[in-house]
Amino acid sequence: MARYAPEGLKGSAPSGAPAPSGTPRGLGLRGWLRWGWRQLTSMRVALILLLMLAVVALPGAFFPQRPQDPAAVADYLEANPGSGELLDRLGFFDVYASPWFSAVYLLLFVSLIGCIVPRTWAHAQAMRAGPSRVPRSFARFPVRDELEVARTPREVVAAAERALGRGYKRRTGRVQRGDVETLEISAERGYGRETGNLAFHLALVGLLVVTAWGQLVQYRGQAVVVVGSSMVNSAVDYDTFDAGAWYDVDSQEPFRLRLDDFTSVFTEAGRPDAFTADVTLSRPDGSETATTISPNDPLSVGNARVYLTGNGYAPVLTVTDAAGDVAFSGPVLFLPQDTAYTSTGVVLVPDANGGDPQLGFRGQLFPTALYAADGTVLGSTFPQPDDPVLILNLWTGDLGLDDGAPRNLFVLDTTGLTQATTETADGTEVPLELVLRPGESVELPDGQGSVTFSELRRFAAFDVRWDPSVPWMGLFAGIAFLGLAASLFLPRRRVWLRVRPASGGSVVQVAALARGDDPGLQRELDRVVAAVAPDARRRSTTTTPATRAPRRTPTPRGAAAEREARDDG
Amino acid sequence: MGEISTVLVLGSLVAYTVALISFAVDISALGGHAPHRTVRRAANIAVAVSWLGFGMHAVGLVLRGLAAGRVPWANMYEFSLTFGIVAMGTFLVINRVRDIRYLGVFVSFLVVCVLTVAFWQLYVEADGVQPILDSYWLGIHVSVAAASTGLFSVAAAASALQLLQHRQERKVEARAAVAAPVPVAAGAVGTLETVELDTVDTAESVETSGAGSAGGTSPRRPSSFAGRLMAQLPGSESLERFAYRLNAVAFVGWTLTVVAGAIWAEAAWGRPWGWDPKETWSLVIWLVYAAYLHMRATVGWTINRFAWFALAGFVALMANFYVVNVFFAGRHSYSGL
Ligand code: HEM
Repeated sequence: MARYAPEGLKGSAPSGAPAPSGTPRGLGLRGWLRWGWRQLTSMRVALILLLMLAVVALPGAFFPQRPQDPAAVADYLEANPGSGELLDRLGFFDVYASPWFSAVYLLLFVSLIGCIVPRTWAHAQAMRAGPSRVPRSFARFPVRDELEVARTPREVVAAAERALGRGYKRRTGRVQRGDVETLEISAERGYGRETGNLAFHLALVGLLVVTAWGQLVQYRGQAVVVVGSSMVNSAVDYDTFDAGAWYDVDSQEPFRLRLDDFTSVFTEAGRPDAFTADVTLSRPDGSETATTISPNDPLSVGNARVYLTGNGYAPVLTVTDAAGDVAFSGPVLFLPQDTAYTSTGVVLVPDANGGDPQLGFRGQLFPTALYAADGTVLGSTFPQPDDPVLILNLWTGDLGLDDGAPRNLFVLDTTGLTQATTETADGTEVPLELVLRPGESVELPDGQGSVTFSELRRFAAFDVRWDPSVPWMGLFAGIAFLGLAASLFLPRRRVWLRVRPASGGSVVQVAALARGDDPGLQRELDRVVAAVAPDARRRSTTTTPATRAPRRTPTPRGAAAEREARDDG
Repeated sequence: MGEISTVLVLGSLVAYTVALISFAVDISALGGHAPHRTVRRAANIAVAVSWLGFGMHAVGLVLRGLAAGRVPWANMYEFSLTFGIVAMGTFLVINRVRDIRYLGVFVSFLVVCVLTVAFWQLYVEADGVQPILDSYWLGIHVSVAAASTGLFSVAAAASALQLLQHRQERKVEARAAVAAPVPVAAGAVGTLETVELDTVDTAESVETSGAGSAGGTSPRRPSSFAGRLMAQLPGSESLERFAYRLNAVAFVGWTLTVVAGAIWAEAAWGRPWGWDPKETWSLVIWLVYAAYLHMRATVGWTINRFAWFALAGFVALMANFYVVNVFFAGRHSYSGL
């Protein structure tokens, strides 16, 4: 029976048929296609593709990647205008979506499928067919033995069958030569090795397929929520939102999440110890549930998951203009810049003074202020708001918000703005600094209005994600893992016995063969021998003491013998 | 408790250094004396001292965990201690079953280096972890990563020795071919493997050409230091199989590391895979070792290539730890530095 194996697989090369290394001549298109397919699904090409995948994956670790960190890509392009643009065009800033990366992994998976599917059929057939015929001669197998026992052939066979037990698939046969009847057993165990290997490779295909599907249908939204306010799970409500090409609005679980409170715990050294967002979840059916979200502990809402991904401070500010009208009021997000939560933020007040001049503030927040001897604030010593101080710089003029261009809400573009300054005692002009603590108000210079810092709130950043492929990925990864372990560790062994009657008992020949490395093979043979022949006289010692030790190592003849056996089978 | 841990680990470093010296003395004795010495006193001392170091190392690691109130592998210092102890423990345990004292020099050298770098470059006080690390996955994902790294390390030692042994065997072959030109052995460089791996036609031809190296000892009396030394160590093929077995176990471990990491990332960062530099490198390591396993199952490759591949995987593994953690920005920035 011919067994399928990928081109070049050790131990299964069909003898006599040389590997198709040369190019086919005069084969026509079909011949070329067949030749190409054989090459693609050969072990050697699989090996090369695996290595190529490793190589093409690496640039993504060296260059900033747009999906992960667009700001770093922009910085890189700015720092290296010439080479940066070339690299960008070649896809180095989005390696995992680049044509060359995709080409390599797609080819690899085509090769994998082309290799695995026929092997799966062949394996299914082999399992149905059971153990192969007993080889004509055992001389080629390094693990073998021959002995004389006092039992009859039938007793030997019965003992051997008992010793082999259920682990082996067996076939017992009888060969009549003249009037000598020889009994033979062919036994094989460890089909699970190949089954595991196939399951492993097929699970990799499954993993790729479900991942691709997940990419197409998934969505992810990010929202920043200040304590006391809410977010809604809908595309328009997010700060950023992306979804796959097959995204369907109906897949978005409808809910509203209100951030009731945010608590953080820090050690004395300022290391974060715990973050907890207390939230109230409202569903369309009117139900409200109070729950918490913390790192490593996302909230599941239907099929969506809500992750806590960040947090910081949001001072609540009120700005009045020269006319005394409230031009801005509300919490402003300040982004932490260091481990002590020194944070920066901007306040844009386009409505001040009817728009002329507009006001802009750039500010720094120090949760626990550290003071110099003269009382100026040097920095923050601790992330908790033990002594929060907010320092604002004022800019006036045209904020430039009307041209409709998208703006980064955390950057104040100072073109077209003038910074308010103040004079020190010795007459030099320095930028004006407005220093505020919660509950305080300060007047702006020249009667331009005032700023009030009424309270300090916390904000939390949430990621909402739906990717239906995740459980499937887990399933396939689990199958792949178990299959791999089976494929590497389950011994695949064949054991053959040939028993013929002799005066006063029988002569037993046994041999064993394993697939791949199998340090336990000799022990297995010894076990069978011990079971069939507790009283054996060794007839011819074919295995030397050195090779009988547990540490014996198969000689190269093992490979030849194995090939032989496969051809026999 | 943290200080006691530090002292114990330092003590183990001293013990491993003593062991390293003793292993080296043993090796040079093997090369200096006639073959087949039966008593290797220096090697026995080295093994005993290694066990002593291992004991201190183990207690030190446990105390470190107690001092920090969590599993002791949450930063680079602790990860070094953990994979170091796995490497040493693997060596010592296997050595009880079969004599692999010849690997002692490599393994103790490696562990001494790892602990030295850990002490003088990576040390941080025992402390709790950030909320994002505070998960039982820290116990699973990182411990499996450390254990696999330890196993890969011992395998890499065997691969390195295999390459050295192979050079020596080739010299012996070449000399034999010059002395008594046998048709089979007189082939080009690398005859041995080519014969063994793909062109086996008859059992007889292999027996004549392969007999010298298959048993690990050459029948000819070697004259050089390296010759005498290597003649007493296992043959390159047997070292290759040893490395393979360890690599196979470690590869399964690394697979579990990557899978567990993805599960954890899903819970912590909201995606199972995000091409973070550390994730990318872990995949590359996995692919290199997967290529190694395929190569081993393919006809036509020499066993030296297996060793080079395994070593390439090991270099990537070390780069993933020492380079990526320190110099690449990513979400895995928990080196503690
Ligand atoms: C995604 C790409 C692939 C990965 C990650 C992968 C991984 C693995 C691993 C880890 C093993 C080791 C198991 C063992 O040694 O028994 C293995 C074995 C094997 N692979 Fe792959 N593989 C891939 C693609 C392929 C392809 C394309 C082919 C076909 C040409 C292939 C054919 C085989 C075969 C025949 C074995 C068994 C070798 C043996 O008999 O020991 N694999 N694979």
